[in-house]
Amino acid sequence: MLCDDCHKNEAHIHIRQVSPEGSFDKNLCEQCAAKYGGFLGQPGTENLTVHDLLKGIFGSLPRPKAEEETAVPGLACPNCGMTYQDFVRSGRIGCGVCYDTFREQMAPLLTRIHGSRTHSGKIPRRSGGVLVTRHEIAVLKEKLEAAVKREEYEKAARYRDEIRALEQQLAAEKKEAADHAGQ
Amino acid sequence: MPVNDLYRSYRLSWFGQPGESSDVALMSRVSLSRNFARLPFPNRADMKQLATVQNMANSVFADIEAAVGQEFDAIGLDGLTEMERRVLEEKELVSREMLDSTQYRSAYISADRRVSILVNEEDHLRIQCMAPGLDLTAPFAAASRIDDAIEAKLDMAFDEKMGYLTSSPTNLGTGLRAEVMLHLPGLAYTRNINSVASTAQQLGILVQGGGSKDNEAAGHFFEATNQMTLGCTEAGLLETLTGAVKEIIAHERRARKALLLYSKERLEDAVWRAYGILCYARSLGEKEVEELVSKVRLGIDLGLLDAIPSAGCADLLLASRPEYIKNLSGNENLSPPEIDRQRAVMVRRVLADLRQEGTA
Repeated sequence: MLCDDCHKNEAHIHIRQVSPEGSFDKNLCEQCAAKYGGFLGQPGTENLTVHDLLKGIFGSLPRPKAEEETAVPGLACPNCGMTYQDFVRSGRIGCGVCYDTFREQMAPLLTRIHGSRTHSGKIPRRSGGVLVTRHEIAVLKEKLEAAVKREEYEKAARYRDEIRALEQQLAAEKKEAADHAGQ
Repeated sequence: MPVNDLYRSYRLSWFGQPGESSDVALMSRVSLSRNFARLPFPNRADMKQLATVQNMANSVFADIEAAVGQEFDAIGLDGLTEMERRVLEEKELVSREMLDSTQYRSAYISADRRVSILVNEEDHLRIQCMAPGLDLTAPFAAASRIDDAIEAKLDMAFDEKMGYLTSSPTNLGTGLRAEVMLHLPGLAYTRNINSVASTAQQLGILVQGGGSKDNEAAGHFFEATNQMTLGCTEAGLLETLTGAVKEIIAHERRARKALLLYSKERLEDAVWRAYGILCYARSLGEKEVEELVSKVRLGIDLGLLDAIPSAGCADLLLASRPEYIKNLSGNENLSPPEIDRQRAVMVRRVLADLRQEGTA
């Protein structure tokens, strides 16, 4: 695919700009993409390379160079073989295991896209027995706090007992899980 | 309902039909992106893996039917003609992404057409549920029931921290996209769309043109969707969107009232002119129909015109889509002028049907 701007070089970079007027997508070569560097939040860096640029786009925070070179290039997903570069190039993840493999690299990106790194929604019952219990405890704790604030101590006591029961259940299921639950 | 109907009917029970706040909200959609554990996502899967995904999906087909309480049509895109595929895409029952390579890509579509489950689209499964008007609750409940039925049998790609894992990091977490299609002529004529869109963005809601495919706001149709999927509960996401949409609807109604107050005569004239063109034109462009229908719809909603029921406007829009017209005429190679002529014929036919329904 050729670059949408200069129509000469091979396009390596995909840009999506979202503004109140709508969004547009572009496939760009390295040189043309550099012109869009202004909104990548990296002012002052002149000779942008693809890597730097995509780090900008994908929201990675600046890291020490040495760590970057050792940690990133060799990393590949053991399940589907995807490398970090593949991801950077396509913007698509290869499989579920990739998320685990590139967890560290993905974290800043997720913060930038979603403003958060931590899921707090639905949990599949089948794959997450312990998770479900842990989630229930978290929900109950929130309720407990709210009840205490409203000075509804009877309710609070009931929540406290429920939490205790669940925590014991968790401890029985998995000893180590109890540590997390107690946090 | 016969499958054939999917390609030949110009009515969808979830699009532009009566519902909550349907004077402004045309339809609501909730979709959940899901992947099976361990298998590569469709963009990185080979044919064998795509086939495995397809088989896994087929294995829970009966459970899906039971969860929804309806029969489904399992439609393999491979087995359709190019035109049929495009009609499904126009009706948003499949996505454009699936048309590029159709092997092992399929859609399970419910009898009432309100549920469409895409297999091997961007993710292994995309469960989409639709409803008319502003109603995210019913589609979300349906999608959740389907999701529960599937995950009772099969393992999903899920991470404790990151939630449901998806092919695009922008869907990560809940995998939930909610969307409401809005008709906002009042805000458009009073030049308030941009301020609404930028305010909505601060709440993490994207408002953009959502008419036909070209992503332009012909006919003042807009889509409001959630931008974030991670870090919020499903209920929270839906609440935010519903709240914002309700606010937009209130603004739209106020703008319409103002229009009626200050330029009723001009508006009435424009509405009837639009209706006149739809009734008598011999050649109509797609965008033109969208603009005319938008005016007619506004006229109906404001009580300026009562020749057809308001829900008929959606019929007109669906009947004037190019692939639909091509498929109906059975000719893939209709030229644009021929389509425009055919479109005018279709519009007149739909209007005649609607008037008849009105008197019956």
